[in-house]
Amino acid sequence: MAEEQRIVLRNYGKIDPLKIDDYIAQNGYKSLEKARAMDPKAVIDEVKKSNLRGRGGAGFNCGQKWSFAYQAQADEKYVVCNADEGEPGTYKDRLIMENDPHTLFEGMAICAHAIGAKKGYIYCRGEYPYIVEILKTAISQAKEKGVLGDFDIEVRSGAGAYVCGEETALIESLEGKRGEPRFKPPYPPSEGLWGKPTIVNNVETFANIPVIMDKGAEWFAAIGVPSYPGTKVVTLTGDVNNRTFFEVPTHTTIREVIYKLGGGTPGGKKFKAVQIGGTSGAFIPESQLDTPIAFDNMSAIGATLGSGAVFVLDETREIVDTVTRITGFFEHESCGKCAPCREGTARCAELMEKINAGLGSQKDLNLLEKLGRVMTYSCLCGLGQAAPTPALSTIKHFRADYEAKFI
Amino acid sequence: MDYLKVISDHADVPGGILQAFHAVQAGLGYLPKEVIAEAARVFKISTADAHGVASFYSMFSVNSRGKNVIRICESAPCHVAGAAEVVAALERELGIKMGESTANGLFALEFTECVGQCQATPVITVNGKPYLDVKPAQIPSIIAEYS
Repeated sequence: MAEEQRIVLRNYGKIDPLKIDDYIAQNGYKSLEKARAMDPKAVIDEVKKSNLRGRGGAGFNCGQKWSFAYQAQADEKYVVCNADEGEPGTYKDRLIMENDPHTLFEGMAICAHAIGAKKGYIYCRGEYPYIVEILKTAISQAKEKGVLGDFDIEVRSGAGAYVCGEETALIESLEGKRGEPRFKPPYPPSEGLWGKPTIVNNVETFANIPVIMDKGAEWFAAIGVPSYPGTKVVTLTGDVNNRTFFEVPTHTTIREVIYKLGGGTPGGKKFKAVQIGGTSGAFIPESQLDTPIAFDNMSAIGATLGSGAVFVLDETREIVDTVTRITGFFEHESCGKCAPCREGTARCAELMEKINAGLGSQKDLNLLEKLGRVMTYSCLCGLGQAAPTPALSTIKHFRADYEAKFI
Repeated sequence: MDYLKVISDHADVPGGILQAFHAVQAGLGYLPKEVIAEAARVFKISTADAHGVASFYSMFSVNSRGKNVIRICESAPCHVAGAAEVVAALERELGIKMGESTANGLFALEFTECVGQCQATPVITVNGKPYLDVKPAQIPSIIAEYS
């Protein structure tokens, strides 16, 4: 039986986010105290041992990432929180920041102690001006209480660019430039913000840290799937009865999320497909619903866990029309730096519009598949590499829907 | 608004041009040429680079537009929840097309991608404030709040 388990949302509804005393009463900032009494190396080892992997979509081992920045020699290092939550259908980071901002600060401060940083930035998407206000108020309360010590956190607003969720694009934007991804290597833990060692972690990743420090790596590593332990906050949209969020251990299957927690599809209509991980994710057919919502399990079926968005479509939905809208999204959000993405997203959108309008043929579909494959390995960053996924996965699983639209 | 002061207030903020643009736009509604030129001077970059920043981000406008900016999400969850009908209602009520501003300078209509309120689709925002589960019939009363 699928059940919720709240780690990052443990204080949801229990505290007033604008009262730091509420957070402190829930043992808030105790983990930071504990971490500060430890050697930085020991903190990193603990996070490594927990096997916490990034919740932003890339799934990189968090402790390992921190160890790269720890080893880097520099006069200044930075901790950056990626709160540029732009993946359509996703609002998990907003939930955390809106309801429990201090858990994020505490996670960042523990990271700062571990890598030797004094300055942190929260890069919050421009669409969340009300969250920026909450964060700023909470930061001033933390400063007043002195709980952050000599670690300073500053909030910066993005201005509506999906690509800034990519960590090097985010760094460029923080530096006051166009948010275009950098060539890698060097990676941010060795050369990031203003060329200094920088850790960029997602909001949900940081929110896990205080609990790991409190309850220990072994406790955390035993939750969910061993290769991607812990929980995942999922947000349900589309044709599902409970259009809301859940935090579930990672061994929970997609089927359990949609049917047990989500209450299934409304109006007695049959399930058609689900897109996991946001608009860049793959569409998954009924036959693969018993996959756990964990990183490697999703990769194994050619899908991604991504941000944890769960977008359900019932049998009455037109897959081709929905994917056409999605290709339009990527055409709009491509930053234009690399040609495969700049041109590729535009041509994908063009081909999808043609097919969706009933003017396409097998030849167009073949071309779309070929273009999509080329983009997955030739685009500079994750945006362009993932952009063709919705089209490619639906061509694979729902080919008949495309053929029905041929001229 | 004294944009010279707003920009110079950000001069010592590393990478502060975005925050300066946000602050100016909150007052002027968009980023006129002289603002971009002044920001270039203060942040010691070329005017072309400053314009590059201003035009890169979808929330910044380098063209004059209506005072109240109505944005409608067209991402997939809002798309399947009936965003197109909300767009039609907005265009009908304001007598303009998406991307245009009303002649009295009160409203601008823009598309946006996901605004992160997907628990209650479709979603529109007015000056950043989200309106949830929007039905076409509600549009006149939402607009009346700003008229």
